[in-house]
Amino acid sequence: MRDLETDLEELRESYTSGKTKEASWRKSQLNALLTILKEKEKDIFNALEHDLGKHYAEAYRDEVGTLTKSVNLALSSLKDWMAAKKAKLPLPAFPSTAEVFPEPLGVVLIFSSWNFPFGLSLEPLIGAVAAGNAVVLKPSELAPASSSLLATTISTYLDKKAVKVIEGGQVVGEHLLSYKWDKIFFTGSSRVARAVMTAAVKHITPVTLELGGKCPAIFDSFSSSWDKEMVIKRVLGGKFGTCSGQVCIGIDYILVQEGYAPTLVELLKNRTVKMFGENPRETKSMARIINKQHFSRLKNLLDDPSVKSCIVHGGGMDEHNLFIEPTILMNPPLEASIMTDEIFGPLLPIITLKKIEDSIGFINSRPKPLAIYAFTRNETLQKRIVSETSSGSVTFNDAVIQYAADTVPFGGIGESGFGRYHGKFSFDAFTHEKAVISRGMISEFWFRFPPWDDNKLALTKKAYSFDYFGFLLVLLGLKK
Amino acid sequence: MAEDSETKKVFDAEAAASLMKDLRGSYASGRTRSYEWRVAQLKNMMKIVDDHEQDILDAIRADLCKPDQEAYIAEISIMKSSCMRALGELHRWMKPEKVKTSVTTFPSSAEIVSEPLGVVLIIGAWNFPLLLSLDPAIGAIAAGNAVVLKPSELCPATSSLIAKLVGKYLDSSCVRVVEGAVAETSALLEQKWDKIFFTGSGRVGRIVLAAAAKHLTPVTLELGGKCPVVVDSDINLPVAINRIAGGKWTSNNGQACIAPDYLITTKDFAPKLIDALKHQLEAWYGKDPLESKDLAHIVNSHHFDRLLKLLDDDKVSGKIIHGGQRDKANLKFAPTILLDVPEDSLIMGEEIFGPLLPIFTPGKRFVPTVGPLFQTGSLFRRQNNNVDKLEECFDMIISRGKPLAAYLFTNNKKLKKKFVKTVSAGGLVINDTVLHFAEKTLPFGGVGESGMGSYHGKFSYDNFSHRKSVLYKGFAGDASARYPPYSDRKLKFLKALLSGSVIGVILALIGWS
Repeated sequence: MRDLETDLEELRESYTSGKTKEASWRKSQLNALLTILKEKEKDIFNALEHDLGKHYAEAYRDEVGTLTKSVNLALSSLKDWMAAKKAKLPLPAFPSTAEVFPEPLGVVLIFSSWNFPFGLSLEPLIGAVAAGNAVVLKPSELAPASSSLLATTISTYLDKKAVKVIEGGQVVGEHLLSYKWDKIFFTGSSRVARAVMTAAVKHITPVTLELGGKCPAIFDSFSSSWDKEMVIKRVLGGKFGTCSGQVCIGIDYILVQEGYAPTLVELLKNRTVKMFGENPRETKSMARIINKQHFSRLKNLLDDPSVKSCIVHGGGMDEHNLFIEPTILMNPPLEASIMTDEIFGPLLPIITLKKIEDSIGFINSRPKPLAIYAFTRNETLQKRIVSETSSGSVTFNDAVIQYAADTVPFGGIGESGFGRYHGKFSFDAFTHEKAVISRGMISEFWFRFPPWDDNKLALTKKAYSFDYFGFLLVLLGLKK
Repeated sequence: MAEDSETKKVFDAEAAASLMKDLRGSYASGRTRSYEWRVAQLKNMMKIVDDHEQDILDAIRADLCKPDQEAYIAEISIMKSSCMRALGELHRWMKPEKVKTSVTTFPSSAEIVSEPLGVVLIIGAWNFPLLLSLDPAIGAIAAGNAVVLKPSELCPATSSLIAKLVGKYLDSSCVRVVEGAVAETSALLEQKWDKIFFTGSGRVGRIVLAAAAKHLTPVTLELGGKCPVVVDSDINLPVAINRIAGGKWTSNNGQACIAPDYLITTKDFAPKLIDALKHQLEAWYGKDPLESKDLAHIVNSHHFDRLLKLLDDDKVSGKIIHGGQRDKANLKFAPTILLDVPEDSLIMGEEIFGPLLPIFTPGKRFVPTVGPLFQTGSLFRRQNNNVDKLEECFDMIISRGKPLAAYLFTNNKKLKKKFVKTVSAGGLVINDTVLHFAEKTLPFGGVGESGMGSYHGKFSYDNFSHRKSVLYKGFAGDASARYPPYSDRKLKFLKALLSGSVIGVILALIGWS
């Protein structure tokens, strides 16, 4: 591991030299990322196809496209983000100026995940370099073609003395964690997150944890068939159409009023076939499962007889090709693993409730998810969902799309994590907002200092309650 | 009193679990969410400070022998202004923030809604025992959380008063005080909190962080560090001296996280500066500072001994040029100035947190501290001879880790600019000290070893809030390009959509039909 130490020392020196703080450096890195996304697009598509069997349209939609958007935003906003922000100061402190000066944290570590190996590596990286940090990125070893491509492109196009990709698995990850970082940004499971946060204790390193959870989709009834068509597509897109459901903000399960359930199931079944074909594996419209371990995990969820009997569509599994077809279940037992663990795969349980409003209590009795979805036009229900539930985010009448929005923060709460990013929030995630007050030397409030007496105390009280008139009176000796 | 000691039980793991259960129940009921509840609590906090001002000053004096005026300025007045600000701004803070959305998610509208985190734990420190427990609580309550406060046990009179007053004035189904020391704090830390706010030392901060990691609980740590003061020669000396001495010795006799820890000035200016400081100290505290009623005491004999140990080294004690008087029995310690102690001495290795002020005059060779791996780069392995430019001492500051605050006295614009650019600290003040603590429009918090997270004013409210994204998607114009079956034409459309190009979208749509 000697190379690692040399690498890290080089990074620290790059940062200390001040070059990463320069706007020109930051712009050059962002432009380099843009170049990678343009010139290496085909290679990226190939890597994603290799690692996950993703169709290039999906790869563009979910990774290359959103990244391009994010880099462009960072480039056009950089000057604004880097500028110090003035704060108002109250009169007693006059003459002074106060501002908040954004500065980089230093040398930061990014752990990304295997399901969106480019997206989840480069979105945080954009924020880190825009904010002026030196960076180590450790991509997931479970997506080896993507990890390798990231390593070669970043070392070719970016400043390799200040931005490095270190590949490897758990051992490398643990070794990296033993060093001092100024920030750690982690995307992954809550199990590994605990280990990361524990390792961060030694150097009091701030962390951002982007985890997961069981993201529910509340499905209300729709009268208009236009509406129905629209939302069904979005539900399916947000489940089977996004990395085969292996996504932290994917719809995990659906909650629906029992009377409406049969309609819903029919709509889902019909549209699933239209979207993914009679033989989904042949149509290449779905990603495959990442590896045997996760495939077995998903298979086990269905092996439970009380769960298997609930399958109303799909259930077909091809272990050799790591492919599971879109599978819909009706009311599996709530204590079964499929309803207690995050599914992270193309299995969609539908849970029926007496009233759709019961979904709020159902969700609240479970850990806070990264996202809550609700498909409804009912504004009262919408308001209740926002104010009575807690989650990273709430999206109405669509799913997963919030990932592409850069004016709203993306992050979790409780078991789904803490911290956030996307848009300016990415820049902020890797920034220290340093308060700077600059005072003049002219006026002085002598009552700030000892020896103390009642008059001084009276002046202080007036000044701190911003009672300027009273202050003046005491000053003139007209009041005590 | 006899009744209290009979009914007083040990606060153990079981008690902590039971407390958590109670508070979770109260929080789940939704009580803390309403504007009315929050305002009522904040108004009552104001009452605590207004109606019991003397009791509070008495308790702080009993615990720390802090002069009343100092306690008033540093604790009571800041509490009052925090309450007032929260009451005045709460409506605005609670409002959802509407944000723009782009073509990518068209058609849609979005907002960011602030919601409380849930049940939070605030652990206070001993040096500003009222403020550092209740001020964070203002933010937590304003944000709609249920709160447990654990004031410092090193200030028993204040801790007990806080418990009594909070119990009397605030809603005890949602706001509780747990008094105690290590055992009680450990029991509390075993529970799963939605947020922990800790003020104190880095050592205990790490214990808190480790406990939080088990539950993935977000944490704010307000720690400390060695806050340097750099003094240039082109300044208004009397004003500067007032502010430097004030920041050091009127802040609990140097026992404050943002008190100036050590001072750097040029060799030429040092004699004038030191002379002015000595005169100022005498004017404030008299010829025998141990007799002065205006100087706070050291909190306890453990910290007193710690300070003695810093002076224990001959190479250090020989550098005392002013002060040094102490009275252990009464925990009194006079303002003490030292000149050019060895940079690798203990007094320069840890946060002083007391009335000792080492002064440095770069111009001698210095050997930088060898920090943990990757804290100092090879940049610092050179040695400087005869450095008289103050800006070169910035290296010395940076090599010691990021402090909570750093101060510079100068009229030189270039020096100011360099200072702001190179020195990383929680906050910086030019031409004054400690002032930024009172300013509610600025975030107050550390970075690196000095902590994580910030508060004061709206930053307190945000600290205890989750800012939830809410996206409302419309039903018109969904691009089938989003969904399988995929094709090259769909890819073209997606490219246009994601680049935010409205024309591209239209063209792709027309070509698509």
